Amino acid sequence: MQPHDYLQLALYFGLLLVCTPLLGGFMATVFNGEKTWLSPVIAPLERLTYRVSGIDSVEEMSWKRYAASLLAFNLFGFLAVFGLMLLQNVLPLNPQGVNGTSVYLAFNTAVSFMTNTNWQAYSGEAALSYATQMLGLGVQNFVSAATGIAVIVAMARGIARRQASSLGNFWVDLTRATLYILLPLSLLLAIVLISQGVVQSFDSYVQATTLEGRSQMIPLGPAASQIAIKQLGTNGGGFFGVNSAHPFENPTPFSNFLQVFAILLIPAALTVTYGKLIGSAKQGWTIFAAMLTVLVVVLGVSLWSETQYNPVMQTAQQMEGKEQRFGVANSILWQMTTTVASNGSVNSMHDSSSPLAGGMALLNMMLGEVIFGGVGAGMYGMLMFVVLTVFIAGLMVGRTPEYLGKKIEAFEVQMAMIAILAPSAVILIGTMIAVLIPQGLNSLNNQGPHGFSEILYAFTSAAGNNGSAFAGLTVDTPFYNIALGFGMLIGRFGVILPALAIAGSMVTKKYTPPSLGTFPTDTPLFVMLLIAVILIVGALTFFPALSLGPIVEHLLMNAGRAF
Amino acid sequence: MQSHSLFDPAITRRAALEAFTKLSPRVQLKNPVMFIVAVGAVLSTLVVVRDVASGAFSGFNLQITLWLWFTVLFANFAEAIAEGRGKAQADALRKTRTGTMARLLTNYPSSAEQRVGAASLKVGDIVICEAGDVIPGDGEVVKGIASVNESAITGESAPVIREAGGDRSAVTGGTQVISDCIYVRITTEQGTSFLDRMIALVEGAQRQKTPNEIALSILLAALSIVFLLAVVTLKGFAQYSETASGLTSSLLSVPVLIALLVCLIPTTIGGLLSAIGISGMDRLIQRNVIATSGRAVEAAGDVDVLLLDKTGTITLGNRMASEFVPAQGIDVKRLAEAAQLSSLADETPEGRSIVVLAKEKFGIRGQDGMGQQATFIPFTAQTRMSGVDLGKRSIRKGASDTMMRLAEEHGAVFPQDVKRTVEDIAKTGGTPLVVAVISHSSLAIGHSSNDSSNQPMTNVPMTNQPMTNDQSTNDQVTILGVIHLKDIVKGGIKERFAELRKAGIKTVMITGDNPLTAAAIAAEAGVDDYIAEATPETKLKRIRDEQAAGHLVAMVGDGTNDAPALAQADVGVAMNSGTQAAREAGNMVDLDNNPTKLLEVVEIGKQLLMTRGALTTFSIANDIAKYFAIIPAIFATLYATKSVGALSALNIMQLATPESAILSAIIFNALVIVALIPIALRGVPYQPLPASTLLWKNFLIYGVGGVLVPFVGIKAIDVIIVALHLV
Repeated sequence: MQPHDYLQLALYFGLLLVCTPLLGGFMATVFNGEKTWLSPVIAPLERLTYRVSGIDSVEEMSWKRYAASLLAFNLFGFLAVFGLMLLQNVLPLNPQGVNGTSVYLAFNTAVSFMTNTNWQAYSGEAALSYATQMLGLGVQNFVSAATGIAVIVAMARGIARRQASSLGNFWVDLTRATLYILLPLSLLLAIVLISQGVVQSFDSYVQATTLEGRSQMIPLGPAASQIAIKQLGTNGGGFFGVNSAHPFENPTPFSNFLQVFAILLIPAALTVTYGKLIGSAKQGWTIFAAMLTVLVVVLGVSLWSETQYNPVMQTAQQMEGKEQRFGVANSILWQMTTTVASNGSVNSMHDSSSPLAGGMALLNMMLGEVIFGGVGAGMYGMLMFVVLTVFIAGLMVGRTPEYLGKKIEAFEVQMAMIAILAPSAVILIGTMIAVLIPQGLNSLNNQGPHGFSEILYAFTSAAGNNGSAFAGLTVDTPFYNIALGFGMLIGRFGVILPALAIAGSMVTKKYTPPSLGTFPTDTPLFVMLLIAVILIVGALTFFPALSLGPIVEHLLMNAGRAF
Repeated sequence: MQSHSLFDPAITRRAALEAFTKLSPRVQLKNPVMFIVAVGAVLSTLVVVRDVASGAFSGFNLQITLWLWFTVLFANFAEAIAEGRGKAQADALRKTRTGTMARLLTNYPSSAEQRVGAASLKVGDIVICEAGDVIPGDGEVVKGIASVNESAITGESAPVIREAGGDRSAVTGGTQVISDCIYVRITTEQGTSFLDRMIALVEGAQRQKTPNEIALSILLAALSIVFLLAVVTLKGFAQYSETASGLTSSLLSVPVLIALLVCLIPTTIGGLLSAIGISGMDRLIQRNVIATSGRAVEAAGDVDVLLLDKTGTITLGNRMASEFVPAQGIDVKRLAEAAQLSSLADETPEGRSIVVLAKEKFGIRGQDGMGQQATFIPFTAQTRMSGVDLGKRSIRKGASDTMMRLAEEHGAVFPQDVKRTVEDIAKTGGTPLVVAVISHSSLAIGHSSNDSSNQPMTNVPMTNQPMTNDQSTNDQVTILGVIHLKDIVKGGIKERFAELRKAGIKTVMITGDNPLTAAAIAAEAGVDDYIAEATPETKLKRIRDEQAAGHLVAMVGDGTNDAPALAQADVGVAMNSGTQAAREAGNMVDLDNNPTKLLEVVEIGKQLLMTRGALTTFSIANDIAKYFAIIPAIFATLYATKSVGALSALNIMQLATPESAILSAIIFNALVIVALIPIALRGVPYQPLPASTLLWKNFLIYGVGGVLVPFVGIKAIDVIIVALHLV
């Protein structure tokens, strides 16, 4: 770690602290339906959208209608991508003339982009046409992120409204999230990225002759527009196979800083948005504090591990799998933010980082992607843990647990536990099946604990809707395409539906005004309790699995063995 | 009701037996966490049997199996001991019910009677109960007055008065009339009487899970599923790892996997959950409060507004002298002396308080100044004064209007400053008593209407009726001053309210007093609010308003007119002496008729919830240490270099062998249930503190403690079992 590394980290977190309240406050205004400085431009566009789609923008929805609309919309998105992939050879915008993909890959990819996972069992430049990338994946990048935002906005309304029955309108929330937040930010970021040398072109690939006289294919495409939203929307699906390690996707240290910053920008700001929507910014900051604390700790452990002397490699600079133009600190910062935030883009190969840093990446995802997490998804996932914390610790003050004046009862606990259980079950059961059957094991390129980590990582990434890969695992096989596809579905909707159900139940409840006897949920102690519950409930489940993967690998590495 | 010590030998013996009878699957199924343990114990037993059959007996497997069974038995024992205390009380209650005969009036109001068994009485029957009779069923006194011994239910030996009409008309089956005679109309069916319900409640027979208990059970069940998944999949992960590290035999036997599972699932809270609920009810019963449902006890913990009756809860029942205010030109000592003399024979608390105040303030001992010829004049409704005649002078005390008239009749002037004092005292909520001395020119005055003397006074002048007397006009009246009688707020109650306020609970005083008086007492007692000139309607409205604002309200009531408010309140505590209607409307009955009990009810409710939270936190926090004991132990030979497994580095407790580590963890897990039974039964100590302070305290004890204690405990057990050569 050089002084400039520390400086860069300070700059990163400093900027995050500055932008969180600014963007958070702006988003709150948008979802409260108030006028913003963007309204003169966007409001007509918004009204046009409603008119064209036949949406009654003042209609209020119960949680069931809200959920049904969300599911219907996502199903449509899935079918669109699925169709585009199968038929891309006969559709326009295919200058390279790539073929239609296998059904398995189409299923996996369609699920992956619909669920904001962006797990990629393919290499973009080799397998997809520009039409699929733009109309399929590009669109899903926006709307899957907007879906996540809509859910947390609905949850906030469920908590804030008293003895009501409706959570707002899904279509309106979806449209506003896209038009006011994701589109303007992406446009801005895309233009800056283009200035740094990220490609944006409809031309076919360029044939070049290298100095050695060999022929090389240089891929092009409309990359910048997609990269901006892939970072901002915590999607993570790269335009090119190696994602943001590719020089056309992430050419300079400045573009790298912007991209890694874009990962956390919206998830962090949503804590403040949430706080404002429920009427107490402090509640939002409390959650922000819990998230930031965990991130700083895992980042610290990973940086420490990466800069330790490695007896196998006989160096303290682990540069394998990392880009020279980024170095260790920037690669690890990216690795941690992309795994806490369910983004899944990479600028280095996680497979090659030290066992503990790889383990931390795994742990980040196993926590349920609630440390900032996916756009919207992190916040509503975090609220499941908040419900749980309030329930367990809240009893200790001698009252029926309540969160923000609403009682936490059997139904909320049940739903929160389903939301926590669903992704855990995917990770554990999926990994167990894969390590026991040849279809799972044959895809491995490494053995021992490292191979175990690769499979564990794949299922964890799918369940957490992260999408990053540990690499070293061949996943474009029917088994992994199907298993991980279902894993992503359960990991996404197994949390969204309970979250909306909780919102639907909370919205009907009576509000109890706070008193000195109320369990406070905006104090440093609550931050500690929340982190403790996340670690014990979210992570202890995986302690045995982690000890057979990264932990034992770390111990063996120190004993001089590698896999 | 007699109380039982925590581990009464008889109860403990019975509970130890019941721990085994509760092994029945039907009982176990009610508790998902313990059911998993029981299934694990059965599986593990089967493994041991298979081992024996195949000649590969493993003492280690047997020990694990035994401790699994102990875990189940300990949890059963905890529940049984909590139930046992209630059962012992139910048995005592049941004795009063057997073989009671009733004197049924077959044709009331005629006196024809017939002796029938109490069990054959129907609702509406009229029975007669005379001294010595046991009241055959719950009912309402329709005629007569009697003193009744209710010790069978309340344990309080002092008899209580029951009379027709009014708020003390309810009688309870099983209690005994000890004087006079009452006619009782039976109001409840046999089998549903108060006594029957009480028996059922204390026995826990009708115990249903409360809302919070259900929510907690769901959490615990879900956590158990999470850990079940973790353990089952671990078998698969281990198989991969064994192959990868070149091991040929499996590291994970069924008993070891079950041991790991049982250590991880929240058995501590799972095993103690029902005991906590039962003992919460039991703690109420120890304080002579019967809750009609566990839900009510839980609600008591949530209550944040208390409606409290002034009299009996906030103030002592009687007013006390607090000050002597002399008229202008009169020595205060003279006033005090006169006041004391006039009250010497007054046995009422008010009268006594005047004597005491004079003695304490001025060291006056009344007897000294009293001649032989003192004649005490008791208060009567006619004179509306009381006092003493001492030969040449007489002393009178009474309400200001009466005394004003006295002065007028004797042509004396009622001093302006005394009038002002009277008004001032009234304004602050006190009662002024004016004292006057009458100097006789010739004879001692006498009352034609009341010539009996030396009788204790029974009341203080309060009503306003014309007086009839016949004093001679030669007498000279001098107004000496005023005695300030005031409501005495109970000692310590102000501090108690302040504590409640810190805990976020608002107190509202209910009184029939006028707003002025009420405000003064409210300020002195430190309540947050008051309702003056309260009627049943204002009470009900206040409860509804508070509830609409999101508050949970508790109140105490006794009269029939309290019934709607009692029913509306989230926690309504009816006095046992109250009417049947009130007792039916409330969700708790206080057998001691002590309104202050409400504060304890709230504390017990809070304690119940706190105990659940604390033990859940403790249980979950325990898991960290158990992982560190078991994971390195089961993978001791995995990826071994020089026969030391890589994961041995995680054995931070330095446990002796893999077997001792697993055994220590499972033994700790079982013993901690037993160790926590006292906390489950007694409850986590409650102090009225702000929630944030309470949280810190309990977090440090049960959260941080829950992380650390098992590290110490498991290590200690490991040392012991190695020393005993158990592995």
